[in-house]
Amino acid sequence: MAAEEVVQLALFADIHANRQAFSACLDVARSRGADRIICLGDYVGYGGDPEWAVDMVMGLVEGGALAVRGNHDNAIGTAAESMNAQAQAAIEWTRGRLSATQRRFLAELPLELQDDDRLYVHSDASNPAKWRYVQSASDAARSMLATAANVTFCGHIHQPALYSMSSAAKMTSFVPTADVPVQLLGGRRWLAVLGSVGQPRDGNPAACFAMFDTEARAITYCRVPYDVEAAAARIRDNGLPRWLADRLPTGR
Amino acid sequence: MARPSLVSGAVIDGFTIGERVHRGGMATLWSVTRPDIATPLLMKIPLISEGEDPAAIVSFEMEQMILPRLSGPHVPACFGTGDFARQPYVVIERIPGQTLYSRLGELPLGFEEVREIGGKVAAALADLHRQNVIHHDIKPSSVMFRGSGEAVLIDFGLSHHNQLPDLLQEEFRLPFGTAPYTAPERLLGLRDDPRSDLFSLGVLLYFFTTGVRPFGESESMYGMRRRLWRDPHPPRQLRADYPPWLQEIVLRCLEIEPVWRYPTASQLAFELAHPDQVKLTARSERIKRDPLGTVLRRRFNSGLTQPRAKSDLAAQLASGPIVAVALDIGEAPGALNEALRVTAERILATLPAARLACLNVLKLGRITIDRTLDEAGNNKHIERLVALKHWASQLKLDDGRLSVHVLEAVDPASAILEFATANQVDHIVIGARQNSRLRTLLGSVSAKVAAEAACSVTVVRPPRPARLQEPEPAEDEPDEVKA
Repeated sequence: MAAEEVVQLALFADIHANRQAFSACLDVARSRGADRIICLGDYVGYGGDPEWAVDMVMGLVEGGALAVRGNHDNAIGTAAESMNAQAQAAIEWTRGRLSATQRRFLAELPLELQDDDRLYVHSDASNPAKWRYVQSASDAARSMLATAANVTFCGHIHQPALYSMSSAAKMTSFVPTADVPVQLLGGRRWLAVLGSVGQPRDGNPAACFAMFDTEARAITYCRVPYDVEAAAARIRDNGLPRWLADRLPTGR
Repeated sequence: MARPSLVSGAVIDGFTIGERVHRGGMATLWSVTRPDIATPLLMKIPLISEGEDPAAIVSFEMEQMILPRLSGPHVPACFGTGDFARQPYVVIERIPGQTLYSRLGELPLGFEEVREIGGKVAAALADLHRQNVIHHDIKPSSVMFRGSGEAVLIDFGLSHHNQLPDLLQEEFRLPFGTAPYTAPERLLGLRDDPRSDLFSLGVLLYFFTTGVRPFGESESMYGMRRRLWRDPHPPRQLRADYPPWLQEIVLRCLEIEPVWRYPTASQLAFELAHPDQVKLTARSERIKRDPLGTVLRRRFNSGLTQPRAKSDLAAQLASGPIVAVALDIGEAPGALNEALRVTAERILATLPAARLACLNVLKLGRITIDRTLDEAGNNKHIERLVALKHWASQLKLDDGRLSVHVLEAVDPASAILEFATANQVDHIVIGARQNSRLRTLLGSVSAKVAAEAACSVTVVRPPRPARLQEPEPAEDEPDEVKA
């Protein structure tokens, strides 16, 4: 696909093996005319359908999607990642479910990808392998100053936010409103933190992804209601920690 | 990429530059044309050369984001924007005429003229707030008027959009804007309260009726901060003939705490449109400023300077709607009016900032010459007002939230619709008359109101008495929708 033809990007972060949420988001993204899919990491962990999630991402990448590695994907291959007990339990269970091919796919994903003047990364871009959260304007500034990209897209914190840096290095922060496009003005640099597809934590249980229009340079955060009960049932049925199921309906 | 040079005759993105119309502190304005656009146009170009205030850049970015999203008669239409990457500009409709600034030499103006100006600006603010934007720089030079009368607000460089990043949030230490018009909460860094615009409009109304700025012209931080504890001289102290209703309105706009001002611009417009219905409080009688003790208490009361939770503009507007209830006073509509009262009560209990306008239409004959007196010689208009007030008295509403209106019209539905449009009513509550032979003959008032109103309409019916079940019709017929 020639670069000029790719106008509508659909970006997904923190899918976390939530089949119902990711399917619903992909449907909405396609209906909104997505030309290219970008996956910002954490395809597994927490959720009950890791094999399906990894297969789906592998298929998307084969079809031209871009994908980077998240800390949960990384933890499948290395025991060294430090995680809380519930996340760790989910990782142990997930590791046993994935095939060697799937595990290799996750391990070989890049930590970051540059695409035109945009950077895709799972967490703080100043040191992607440290998996630091971007949760304040100063975190965002550290990440932005470490790259040359005009717009950075990341995830990891499961709460949507949009930061900008003016030419005088002043920061602004903003909690985006669903379905309201925001033009990323050319005079400043931007960092878009996506909400989570599979485990939102901003009090809104609807799955979150974003569309980016490369011509209008406008980002639109989208919220997609999905079958939360079915996703929670998959977690319980697989014997994963109950809290991972219980948090989905409240988005906490 | 080289910037295109800015001279008359140059072409930027299809716009041909004409003459320079204005050079301000932050931007220059040029008249421009484009063959496919008949509207007279202005191109606004920010001043961004070396040594210019960075404020000019950020203000321009805000306008660049906000202007293309605004619509309606109260803002200039936007026809294009250009980025800093090449040549930053916005192209907007050129509103003919002068801003209110041109009237400064004539101050003080007459009360009636200022009331009209204030009502128009309040209506414009209501429409802007509805579009999620707080202007933050309401002053005479930001207000123009269309030939058709509507106020047009210009200059959105300091504005806040509730659904867009606020690029001004941490950019400057000093709250920026025009010192005499700046609301006290702005001095504390708050930028998300639409009632800040009502304060600025209050300053404008005060200034235009007295010739004096209520908080002076000081631009120092201390001079500006005084308004956090020091109230202005009541207008009546400056002009003995100052109408109490106008002082009530102006001083309510100038309240230090936003919650003491009008909840919405629409409610302010409503009061300016109905001066006879303004509830006069102690504010209207004041002839002196607050005593020193009160001022000192405010000065050292930290409550005003506490940080507050972010307010949601849309939620705030929704909490202070203007509700109009249309009542039938004539033919024994007891149960229906009771049902209307219950509905109104529920709405008002849920929304403590809502205000209620009670309407009754005094129907005029199409041909006959109407008399204001009935057969017994009583004034029909006054009788209706008394009946409306009686109905409303059971709601036990503060007078400040209530008004009563008898509309005289040939067509009741049109009269209710006109009232709703003129007064920016958010919600009409109206009763449906049951089993009326007149309704089948002439059409239903509530059906017409529900079909044609620009706002929400609730059609109320009294509780239904039990009826004998009718036998099923032989064939399925589509349900008839009735209101």
